Amino acid sequence: MTTIASTIPETTEAASLPLDQIDVSRPELFEHNMEGDYFRRLRREDPVHYCADSAYGPYWSITKYKDIMAVDTNHQAFSSEAGLGGIIIEDGIQKSSAEGAIDLPNFIAMDPPKHDEQRKAVSPIVAPSNLAKLEGTIRERVGRVLDGLPVGEEFDWVNTVSIELTTQMLATLFDFPFEDRRKLTRWSDVTTAEPGSGIVDSWEQRTAEIMECAECFQELWNERLKNPGMDLVSMLAHSPATHDMTPQNYLGNVLLLIVGGNDTTRNSMTGGVLALHENPAEFEKLKANPRLIDSMVPEIIRWQTPLAHMRRTALTDAVVGGKTIRKGDKVVMWYVSGNRDEDAIARPDDFIIDRERPRQHLSFGFGVHRCVGNRLAEMQLKILWEEILKRFSRIEVMAEPTRVRSNFVRGYAQMPVRLHA
Amino acid sequence: MPLIKYIDANGTEYAVEAAPGISVMEAAVKNSVPGIDGDCGGAAACATCHVYVDPEWIGRTGPAAEGLEQSMLEFAEDVTDQSRLACQIIVADNLDGLILKLPEKQH
Repeated sequence: MTTIASTIPETTEAASLPLDQIDVSRPELFEHNMEGDYFRRLRREDPVHYCADSAYGPYWSITKYKDIMAVDTNHQAFSSEAGLGGIIIEDGIQKSSAEGAIDLPNFIAMDPPKHDEQRKAVSPIVAPSNLAKLEGTIRERVGRVLDGLPVGEEFDWVNTVSIELTTQMLATLFDFPFEDRRKLTRWSDVTTAEPGSGIVDSWEQRTAEIMECAECFQELWNERLKNPGMDLVSMLAHSPATHDMTPQNYLGNVLLLIVGGNDTTRNSMTGGVLALHENPAEFEKLKANPRLIDSMVPEIIRWQTPLAHMRRTALTDAVVGGKTIRKGDKVVMWYVSGNRDEDAIARPDDFIIDRERPRQHLSFGFGVHRCVGNRLAEMQLKILWEEILKRFSRIEVMAEPTRVRSNFVRGYAQMPVRLHA
Repeated sequence: MPLIKYIDANGTEYAVEAAPGISVMEAAVKNSVPGIDGDCGGAAACATCHVYVDPEWIGRTGPAAEGLEQSMLEFAEDVTDQSRLACQIIVADNLDGLILKLPEKQH
């Protein structure tokens, strides 16, 4: 991977490019919020699409809801193994093929049975019964952050609210030193960053920062071995499935949980504000009936689709949507496209807070790799909106948000807002 | 049509007449039985339709199938030998009167 050119694609390009030249992996498409037109065209004209040449090598794009479901639930044919390239289109982020990159084995990039064992070690902390115990703490912290916001003045929602709240949550789950919690934000950003993305300049810099994270979490591990608590580090250190993992496997799982709990919910917290600003009638509906928060939360997660894709590698020849995918091929499931599939979701481009089956969306994935923290994410968003409605009559978005240049994390770097009392 | 009884964690019973051929997850969702989500639409891919088959009935429904159903159930809470994914139990005449208990929450 070399540095990514930051050219803005022409607005008519999605319709005019020959099909075989369409490359939906270009991060600048997402940065400029232009990916939708390309995916709409692929869904119509070539839903299982082969791109022969990209910055990430050749790859298949799976763009329809039902085809994504078929690939996601077939882990026998479509592997997540890090050694084959893992779960992101960019290989170097996950394995040492890129010069200066490091191996970070973690359970999302493993196949069963090892995946199942390691995942089981952390799932109790985000199980519904445990979440009920966390609700009071989350609500109190959300309230404190919202009470500190200026009314009538412009400020950045991403940094002040979304990042702050998700980082506080992570610090709670890890029982991480609270005053150092922004380190978690940085490590999350660094973990999913390619050189040239504006976050790190080289693989070496990325590795150096990740090693700082490793040292810090090694200390926490040693401490929790002696004095265990009800946190994720203690669970990993004491569970039979994980207590003898290699330091790199531990680091890999820690980073997975940091990214999984941070980059995702953070962007749904921002996306919800944007969606309601763009759809004032839906906001009026919500204010008239706050119980709609329950169905609005999954709709926000669908509408935002905070992770645009997951990748697999074919272990065998397989037919998907009538096309033959060959053993060894890179297969990208574009959740961001499946969540806009007209054949699976009615009026998919619209944000509708009272959909009949709002939880039927792809944002959490399906099958054995389904998001382990899905209920935690929903709970955080539910509490956030309940507390917002108690305090403010409107959140006005003052300018187009700055989007992240990434084909994986579909998110926001900045979004200026103004609160109305 | 076969009658399926769903009993929630508080003991409230919901009796539903279900057409043979559909799953007991679909029967619950269509009749607004609370506590069965079925997010994946019936592909055994989300584990949000976890139910406990009454011990008297488990012989007729059979235990959870090897493969995806068992794998996904590993991620549900408080799984027992009676645990099934409701989307994988298909309504049939020999299941008339089937009793299913619901967990407190779906993961």
